[in-house]
Amino acid sequence: MHRINLIKILTLLLLAVTISANAQHDASKEAHGESSHKEKDIKTEIKEYIAHHLLDSYDFSLFSYTTDAGKKKYFGAPLPVILWDNGLKVFSSSKFNHGKTLAEVDGNYYKLYHNKIYKTDTEGTINYDEEHHATNVKPLDFSITKNVVFILFVAILMFFVFTRMAKSYKGNLMPKGVGRLLEPVVLYIRDDIAIPNIGKKHYRKYMSYLLTVFFFVWIINLLGLTPLGVNVTNNIAVTFALALITYLLTTFTGNKNYWKHIFWMPGVPWPMKIILAPIELLGTFIKPFSLMIRLYANITAGHIVLMSIIGLMFIFKSWIGSPLSFGLAFILALLELLVATLQAYIFTMLSALYFGMAVEEHDDH
Amino acid sequence: MDKLIEQFSLGLFFWMLILFVILVFFLNKFAWKPILNSVNEREDGIKNALEEAENARKEMQNLNADNERILKEARAQRDTLLKEAREMKEGIISEAKNEAQAQASKIVEQAQETIQAEKQAAITDLKNQVAELSVGIAEKVVRGELADKNKQIKLVEELLKEVTIS
Amino acid sequence: MEGLNYIGAGLIVIGAGIGIGRIGGQAMEAIARQPEASGKIQTAMLIAAALIEGIGFAALFAA
Repeated sequence: MHRINLIKILTLLLLAVTISANAQHDASKEAHGESSHKEKDIKTEIKEYIAHHLLDSYDFSLFSYTTDAGKKKYFGAPLPVILWDNGLKVFSSSKFNHGKTLAEVDGNYYKLYHNKIYKTDTEGTINYDEEHHATNVKPLDFSITKNVVFILFVAILMFFVFTRMAKSYKGNLMPKGVGRLLEPVVLYIRDDIAIPNIGKKHYRKYMSYLLTVFFFVWIINLLGLTPLGVNVTNNIAVTFALALITYLLTTFTGNKNYWKHIFWMPGVPWPMKIILAPIELLGTFIKPFSLMIRLYANITAGHIVLMSIIGLMFIFKSWIGSPLSFGLAFILALLELLVATLQAYIFTMLSALYFGMAVEEHDDH
Repeated sequence: MDKLIEQFSLGLFFWMLILFVILVFFLNKFAWKPILNSVNEREDGIKNALEEAENARKEMQNLNADNERILKEARAQRDTLLKEAREMKEGIISEAKNEAQAQASKIVEQAQETIQAEKQAAITDLKNQVAELSVGIAEKVVRGELADKNKQIKLVEELLKEVTIS
Repeated sequence: MEGLNYIGAGLIVIGAGIGIGRIGGQAMEAIARQPEASGKIQTAMLIAAALIEGIGFAALFAA
């Protein structure tokens, strides 16, 4: 909700600037009224476009355009939809025809509504409750969506890049090619993230997770910033999966000392121990939760702001709109590059910090 | 919050979890382990090389110190040797001198002794000759003055008295 | 009631902004005092800022 508000504020602010600029241009008031009415339509369209961009989709469409005949054309490929609804149902997402038609599989009808698959009757009716939420049955959805394809793509890319890097070490001391670029990053993660936070004794077993998560988040964030890239980390499911792995690793590698600090904090009087235990226990959930929310929110917010600033270009068709929008978008894109790296770093760093807490051995406090 | 929960897609979560775990597993096996191992090996190698260089430097220093010490010792030895030699030389010279002196004095002594002996022999010889001569003279005198026996004896005695043996 | 949500969100943003701003300012001061420890200070600053940010986001989503 707040993000829509943010867009409104930004839009209004820049609208005011443009209006004053237009006034200087002696534009007639009637024309103004007309254009502002028209802008409203464009604004909702932009809003919808941004919302659409942030969502996952069942087909891999890189871009879409409207033909002169008013027909929407999509450029991309359909992806398999996998549903579990009294048995495995696999069909191509082209059956949905971008939400326009029902998909009929084995006598069941499925409808794509608000980017979710619902089971419907033959007519494709959606029933609503009083809050306008669909009440239709949602089958368990394991579809290979656009994001899944992109995750797979990044995974394969990483696998090839890093196995190549590993191979280039064979027989010589220095890596060749891309390894030379990535080695300092690997060493940075080892020397400045893992060892100071986890300690020299235990850091080895977490290294593969830390390295993978850093490069995965980094690469996927950066690719998400490219025009045709798919935004993966703004899905709460993705960040939840990453945070869950961190949580499980912390929990299952935690030593006696770690659990003692949670359930029976040493060094405080016993009534405090009883009060602290639930707080500490809650803290173990809050830590990965904040990891999840942070990554999700940063990337989402960045994309919304960036896209709405680009969208401003279509709202103001005056001389000031485009350069302003371009300049702001450029600066923000640079900032987003920083954020993409910083979030990967923060995620890795905090994961390492939590692992460090789990395997800490001294009890001097 | 509601929006987040609504947006949550189980399928995406499922695939993400599976793919990511597989990715971690494979990268661990095929990439991170070899990379970290080689990096560690390299770092150990560099560390060892540095240590070795340091050791070599120390050894060099030790060697230098040793050399210096040996040189010093050699110099000291040479000095002592020279000193000894000098002492020996002096000793030999003085000994030789002494011996020569002793020899010389011995020779002189022997010479003196010989001279004495010769002198003695000469004296004896002289005495004998004098005696013979005297006897001859006496004979002659005796022959000349045989008549007077008393006179003869008197003369002989007088003569003998005159002859003093030194 | 919708308006209250926005007010709450604004308060959260103000609070988080002040917090992160203070962290950043103090870190700058610390770096100026001890330039040789800048790496450590930066790391600590980022962690603290990230923690505040996390709380801020959590509250924003709750609002």
